[in-house]
Amino acid sequence: MTETASRTDGPPRLYRGRHDRLLAGVCSGLARHLGIDPVVTRLALLALGIGGIGIAVYLTLVFFVPVEPETDDRPAPDAGARVRRRGRDISQLIAYMALATGFGALFLLFGGVFDPLLWFLVFATLGAAILWQQANPAERSQWVSTSVVRERKSLLRTGAGVLLVVIGATGFLAFQQQLQDARAGLSFAFTILAGIAVIAAPWIIGLVRERDRERRERIRNQERAELAAHIHDSVLHTLTLIQRRAEDPREVQRLARVQERALRSWLYQRPADAETTVTPALERVAAEVEEAHGVPIEVVCVGDCPIDDGIRAALRAAREAMVNASKYAGVDQVSVFGEVEPDEVLFFIRDRGAGFDLGEVPPDRMGVRGSIIGRMERHGGSARIRTAPGEGTEVQLRMPRTPDPAG
Amino acid sequence: MGEENSFASGGAVPRVVIVDDHRLFRSGVRGELGDAVDVVGEAGDVDSAVSVISEQRPDLVLLDVHLPGGGGVEVLRRVLARHPEIRFLALSVSDAAEDVIGVVRGGARGYVTKTISGKELASAIVRVADGDAVFSPRLAGFVLDAFAATDAPPMDPELDRLTQREREVLRLIARGYAYKEVAKELFISVKTVETHVSSVLRKLQLSNRHELSRWATARKLV
Repeated sequence: MTETASRTDGPPRLYRGRHDRLLAGVCSGLARHLGIDPVVTRLALLALGIGGIGIAVYLTLVFFVPVEPETDDRPAPDAGARVRRRGRDISQLIAYMALATGFGALFLLFGGVFDPLLWFLVFATLGAAILWQQANPAERSQWVSTSVVRERKSLLRTGAGVLLVVIGATGFLAFQQQLQDARAGLSFAFTILAGIAVIAAPWIIGLVRERDRERRERIRNQERAELAAHIHDSVLHTLTLIQRRAEDPREVQRLARVQERALRSWLYQRPADAETTVTPALERVAAEVEEAHGVPIEVVCVGDCPIDDGIRAALRAAREAMVNASKYAGVDQVSVFGEVEPDEVLFFIRDRGAGFDLGEVPPDRMGVRGSIIGRMERHGGSARIRTAPGEGTEVQLRMPRTPDPAG
Repeated sequence: MGEENSFASGGAVPRVVIVDDHRLFRSGVRGELGDAVDVVGEAGDVDSAVSVISEQRPDLVLLDVHLPGGGGVEVLRRVLARHPEIRFLALSVSDAAEDVIGVVRGGARGYVTKTISGKELASAIVRVADGDAVFSPRLAGFVLDAFAATDAPPMDPELDRLTQREREVLRLIARGYAYKEVAKELFISVKTVETHVSSVLRKLQLSNRHELSRWATARKLV
């Protein structure tokens, strides 16, 4: 059982085989780890099994060694071979079982099953194997699982490995009647070990930190890549559309604005819920009007507060005012300013366009009177419209805030 | 050099260096500005910007916020240390509070977004080159927001608080009013409006209120 020590740099990490296993995949995994034929490991384990040790080794490995992950970048046997091998599995298993029974019977006949010394040797070797497998920086990138559970499990395994080595070594010495003689040597060894631990601790901590960093980096890169793909795709679409609609400047501008807004919200904005507070709601209303009518609307909003019924009405009135400005003012820009004061919310919708004579608006035109002034007044607010032909228009909306129940 | 005579009153046109890492955008701006300004240099990153500006000593630098090599703030830091008379107008696609407040606190006398029309940009350049401040509606909104969020007593009332008049001016600018319209609305002269805006700019740059930086960071984080 000194195979693990003979490993060279860069073999695959020790996993239990998933596809080519007979029982729990211990031997196939071990074989792949060591780069030898599984038959060899199977026979070796079988030979050890005769003394009972092999069985212990096997069970321990089943317990401690993780199953090979499903997403496997190693050249897996092609599907056909796998099926064939699976077909062969049972017969192979039976053959090995028969062999084991045969050897077992022979050994029972000739006695000498349990030698405690051997058990302790096994403990020590197993512990060493586990430690080897844990501290394997070159293979860190293959630690596919990032879950906390797996992390804890690996800690557990490391601890168990150390424990096994200590028990094995101590037991070996004790049964050799050498514990007394070795005491001086032991304290020397412990001192050395402690020294090494002190030296190695920063390195180990560094390794752990590096791994965490790598993991975070990987997640971040993945997110970034997804976002980039998303953005690039939508930008490409917009560019294509712009080329196809090149003869229609208004449409081109609309497309460009829609894309610009999308990019901005990805780059700069917080993912706020448009339904809950004033600023994102106002921005969304403006975006919708802009999309529908193709006139850029610049929104500036100061302060923020939750939306209540009155503010919802004011937002609808503001939308109406934006629609009017976009449709009738004949301008290429509308300015919207929202301000949340302690006791009221103000919206200003302004354009530098044609303007109109307020007195000449026929009483039956519902736009301004009904959906702006009327709506505001019904909810306890007020609306003021400043305009004159050629002077542009500014709609001022004022809505008192209902006292916040939270304070 | 930084002549103190007014560019707005005609005569000389301001000498301008354009700093932007997008070459296409630089030539676009150059074309749009036409004869309104004299473009004496261009740069695409922080180091070349600093050397071009030191060499040319322009009246005004059009400065992009995002630049390879440390950003517009780094250009401001290195140039203003040696040539405090050179004026900066920040020009950016970003309207993130952090960028806007950052570059203005770094010493820029104005902030406009790149969607601005050529004519408006030219007048903003003349205004800043004359020593005034140029606030876009968005910058005005940010400033109002930053100075409004004050529950704690200000450490320096002179710097940490806006006067009633300054707030009125800023609110009109945020509503999309031009300086001339602000002046008409408040029955004051354009010059007075400019004075108010410059005073707000000074407060914005000098105030140590940590609400200000905290506010900008919070806007970035959430």
